[in-house]
Amino acid sequence: MLIDFNSEKPIYLQLAEAIEDNILKGIFEEETQIVSTTEISVKYKINPATAGKGVNVLVDEGILYKKRGLGMFVSAGAKEKILEKRRNSFYKEYVQSLLEEAAKLSISKEDIIKMIVGGNGIEDNSDKGSK
Amino acid sequence: MKTIQIKGVSKVYGHTKALDKVDITIESDRIYGLLGRNGAGKTTLLNLMTNRIFPTEGEILIDGETVFENDRVLGNIFYMTEKNLYPEDERVRNIYKWIKEFYPSFDVEYAKDLSERFGLDTKKRVKSLSTGYTSIFKAVAALASNADILLLDEPVLGLDANHRDMFYKELISNYSESPKTIIISTHLIEEVASVIEEAIIIKEGKLILKQSVEELLSGAYLVSGEASKVDKYIQGRKCIGIDAIGSFKSVTVLEAVNNKDEALAEELELEFGKAELQKLFISLTN
Repeated sequence: MLIDFNSEKPIYLQLAEAIEDNILKGIFEEETQIVSTTEISVKYKINPATAGKGVNVLVDEGILYKKRGLGMFVSAGAKEKILEKRRNSFYKEYVQSLLEEAAKLSISKEDIIKMIVGGNGIEDNSDKGSK
Repeated sequence: MKTIQIKGVSKVYGHTKALDKVDITIESDRIYGLLGRNGAGKTTLLNLMTNRIFPTEGEILIDGETVFENDRVLGNIFYMTEKNLYPEDERVRNIYKWIKEFYPSFDVEYAKDLSERFGLDTKKRVKSLSTGYTSIFKAVAALASNADILLLDEPVLGLDANHRDMFYKELISNYSESPKTIIISTHLIEEVASVIEEAIIIKEGKLILKQSVEELLSGAYLVSGEASKVDKYIQGRKCIGIDAIGSFKSVTVLEAVNNKDEALAEELELEFGKAELQKLFISLTN
């Protein structure tokens, strides 16, 4: 998990996303316990209230749940929930900024599609070497 | 016993008003940063809270009881002073025993263990400790005190980067295990920015701000890029902390992060970043 203290994104949100990333990667498996907020606060030197807030965002979304006296666990189906949420924001977070940057560089949508399919850049459709 | 109320407190030394009608409520079990420039009145405030000096007017209450000559209340506050007030010729380990006389819940074993982890030789006499180790010794005493309220005046003075890291981690771990009210007075603002929950900023004896760090930081952001374009962006916006290097400029804008104009920044090829607590502090106290 990485927290960027220079990011404009509040620390608690970064923490929530970092935990989600770990669930997606399978580092934190469903129905298993994750590190405690104390461990998180100590490791990153962040106020425990901030760490608690980040974890609570995920508790509210049903991605994590508290077991009394035991700690924090990953809910069953958490991975699917995160995937759904991230898919919904994929267009806004990635595609839109991709299109904006492409417009700045005068790269057409067709070229973008070619890059995605060819995986390599615009040169792919030039006639290099055929002469 | 953890809530501190500072009510209309002033402290006058001769012709100098060190504190001027300060009202602050410190909630229990939170970590506060007490920030201010040299001579702003930070130490005066801490001295008043612990009844070392008396207010010219106003009063200080802890859970509703005055601190004035109130040993029972004062026995729950541990004050780590900037200056060393322990007997210079005494050995560190003897002072730990001696502190236990005044603070019965002082954990001698924890103090010894912490000393070892910091590499502090408890057989040494206080006067033979370096500046850094004097701070470590006082910080260990505070952490092991088990008091409900810890007042830490420049706790990391003279500590190297590794020891500062260890100190903050130990402080957070100690606080998580047994929540307490902690006030840290420091000049190393960026270092404590993520550790503290709320910032209390005083200037020339007056309280100018008390707010959660998160709120404070969400009310400002950094914008940077080509100078003339940055100037265009900041037109009509309230700004502080303008830094320019050649034709590159970065400015802290005092506007809610959510209100930043992404489209305009895009057009002007500017980049956004996080406002620094230190920058906000400098502009607020200048």
